Amino acid sequence: MLDRSKIVGSPVSRIDGPLKVTGAAKYAAEHFEPGMLFGHVALATIAAGRILAIDTRAAERLQGVVKIYTHENRPKAAYRDSKWKDAVALPGHPFRPLENDRVLFDGQPVAFVVAETPEAARDAAGLIHVHYAAETPNTHIVAEQHNSYEPPVARMKQFLPPPPRGDAEAAFAAAPHKVSADYVLPGEHHNPMELFAATVRFEDEGRLTIQDKTQGSQNSRDYVCGVFGLDPDKVIVKNDFVGGAFGQALRPKHHLFLAVMASLDLSRSMKVEMTRREMFYLSWRPSCVQTVSLAADDEGYLQAVLHHAVHTTSRHEDYQENVANWSGLAYKCDNVKISYELVKLDLATPGDMRAPGAASGVAALETAMDELACEVGIDPLELRVRNFVHRDQNQDKAITSKALHACYREGAERFGWVARSPTPRSMRDGNDLVGWGMAGGIWEAMMSKGEAKVRLSADGHVTVSAAASDIGTGTYTILGQLAAEVFDCPIDAVTVDIGRSNLPKTGVEGGSWTAATTGSAVQAAAKAVVKTLLGHAQSMENSPLAEASEEQVEISEGRLVLEANHQVGTAIADIMAAAGLDAVEEQAKVGPDILSMRRYAAYSHSAVFVEVKIDEELGVVRVTRVVSAVAAGRILNAKTARSQILGGVVMGIGMALHEEGLIDHRTGRIMNHNLAEYHVPAHADIHDIDVIFVEEQDQRASPIGVKGLGEIGIVGVAAAVSNAIFHATGKRIRNLPITIDKILESEAVQ
Amino acid sequence: MDTALEDRFPTCPLSLTINGKPYTLDVHPWTTLLDLLRSDLELTGTKKGCDHGQCGACTVLIEGQRMNACLKLAVTLEGAAITTVEGLGTPEEMHPVQKAFVEHDAFQCGYCTPGQICSTIGLLNEGHASTREDIRELMSGNLCRCGAYTNIADAIEEVLADRASYREAAE
Repeated sequence: MLDRSKIVGSPVSRIDGPLKVTGAAKYAAEHFEPGMLFGHVALATIAAGRILAIDTRAAERLQGVVKIYTHENRPKAAYRDSKWKDAVALPGHPFRPLENDRVLFDGQPVAFVVAETPEAARDAAGLIHVHYAAETPNTHIVAEQHNSYEPPVARMKQFLPPPPRGDAEAAFAAAPHKVSADYVLPGEHHNPMELFAATVRFEDEGRLTIQDKTQGSQNSRDYVCGVFGLDPDKVIVKNDFVGGAFGQALRPKHHLFLAVMASLDLSRSMKVEMTRREMFYLSWRPSCVQTVSLAADDEGYLQAVLHHAVHTTSRHEDYQENVANWSGLAYKCDNVKISYELVKLDLATPGDMRAPGAASGVAALETAMDELACEVGIDPLELRVRNFVHRDQNQDKAITSKALHACYREGAERFGWVARSPTPRSMRDGNDLVGWGMAGGIWEAMMSKGEAKVRLSADGHVTVSAAASDIGTGTYTILGQLAAEVFDCPIDAVTVDIGRSNLPKTGVEGGSWTAATTGSAVQAAAKAVVKTLLGHAQSMENSPLAEASEEQVEISEGRLVLEANHQVGTAIADIMAAAGLDAVEEQAKVGPDILSMRRYAAYSHSAVFVEVKIDEELGVVRVTRVVSAVAAGRILNAKTARSQILGGVVMGIGMALHEEGLIDHRTGRIMNHNLAEYHVPAHADIHDIDVIFVEEQDQRASPIGVKGLGEIGIVGVAAAVSNAIFHATGKRIRNLPITIDKILESEAVQ
Repeated sequence: MDTALEDRFPTCPLSLTINGKPYTLDVHPWTTLLDLLRSDLELTGTKKGCDHGQCGACTVLIEGQRMNACLKLAVTLEGAAITTVEGLGTPEEMHPVQKAFVEHDAFQCGYCTPGQICSTIGLLNEGHASTREDIRELMSGNLCRCGAYTNIADAIEEVLADRASYREAAE
């Protein structure tokens, strides 16, 4: 009965939109408390070594400075690692700010100034002199890859490479067509527009209310309670509005620890806002070196896939992401060998960044597929069509749904792929070389455990609540739509209460699982409200619904009615009045279907088509057209869904052409820690992007048929751009980003 | 021995208008317009994304011209008329540009949005943008990490078209 969609699926404007466009939406640093103090962090200027001494005398003399914390006077915090481990923690030792004299990475917090004004805190931080015993840092993944190792403790079982199948080496050796190459990806930085910040309100009886930039208010709450031994009932973390995150705000950051520490120590409210530079030393997409070897027969059918991936982690934690396993399941192949290792470098622990693992691994795989198509001499789209697979061969499971053929077909048609001339350097537009490239994308469709509460008032107003987050993804709006659908009410009649840790339990917003999880919980809670309402209706005298089951009723225009005959029913207001109620409220809990997961694997898929135009003399690349065709289950909101994919494509263009954390390997320090020198795509970089959704009916992926859209938009984009550049220039550039200098080195262009 | 901050750097009197409201203030010489708005006056609609003039999140209108508030010292603004996003419209009564942004989903997280909107109004005031290409070029000082650029361009195109038809109707 819930597929009568009127509101779900339609392009409803964001319900939080008017607050955001008028400046009324308050982000973490935009709250004010009486007597509030301000914190500013002093950062290490070496990448490895020890602190010998910290001279804070000049800083302390500055007017307005209240206290300066270093590892020598930091208040005690939890001893055991387990207390420091948040919900997204990694194998290893979590970073503890100001714990001891060790410097593990450039930009590590080494002192924390608390002052009466933000300017005094910042000024004082600049007056702190740290004397170091510096050690020689190792920060170069290419130079250090010989020291790689298999992670001894897996972050997640599914990140481990699948067991080899067939004999990949022998099949590779015997095949008539083969390609094998190394692909190097630099570290990338999330750079959400909002600076990381926390505002801590210090209240009576040790209560704290914390505004934090986080992708999970309950994760931040549990972290501070664990680290400082606080009563979870006395701590509320809020994140009503999050100014972007892309994975960077999954784990609690040092600003939260330091703000709470000082608040508790000084019994004052606190605000800490990071600098843009400081955010370059937080989690980041790890630099990654991959070798992909593909072999095919004369028709292009894959004979062997070998994928070896090595990426960076820190000295103290084993960050892991699924880089290479995609190569074992994206296409049909019976001879597959995948391996995955880490390299420890003197850098901050990497972290999940939009489509962690897949963005990197699929970039290499899909570039290699393009190379293989050239080698075999068939169209790159046709190569992919021929190697289509209906089964997850890594796990030997059926796939819940895979409308990828439709993505190929509709994407190619919209793009006009049929007009592509196969030979590189054969298409031109005036002085520009024109290149058309494509790639496939894949991401796991995940659902986690989650709860939600739904309240229906007698006057028809609906309130939805869960500790979910909206990091720009549209959570507010889709939850409102799902509730409005069940109660047949306008979305204006729904209040969505999220972004607070004392609401029904919800995991962090990440991995594209929020819509599937919290959305399903909201729908389940709303259905429970309808069921309760039916019970009350049936208690009324001469109820027209006396014989109806919950499957036979629905809500229509303020009445609980028979689905088959809307004439038969009772007004909600009358049912509640008869029961003596103002409202009916129910809470529901959902989780993945474990039985189904044993037999099925769920993925979202995409096909990305890209046109580049390259100035032959200047080597400037413009991505003039992108068509992204996505199959990701049911689309809840055509408008915000499209935006999710647009955003992924834009970040993928950045990955292909612009983004690179530059490290001076002599000092181990990041050189371009600002938005001028770490270029993220700007308006002028982005031209036409067309998004196609191929809808899938898939109740196995999640109860509401949703697969999630946060990640799939970026996957494959960098490869499609790279393949288009090859098609334009005849030059295969395997180290991203593909900057002007690399193109001009190309003999083909000259 | 350092002398007290206040002695070394006395505050300066400053009178200016923000969103039509007159203010008489005492500000430190180092206070940027951005910090004045966000911290001192708690007008947090104007955002801080870099504090270096690199991202455009703090774009406001000074006498109708768009400006990165983080690059402007407050004391240089004696007598100036400042407009921030709060001065354009309210959630209940939005400015046409704000409405167009909502309609076209020209934002996701919303953090760069006040800057994009003020920049759009500055762009319209300048009168140089007539094509989509112009919009892309002239809006490039405002970064959006959520990647809403094509939707922002759609929103601005709509406002431009509305203005053109309004002008035609008036002529």
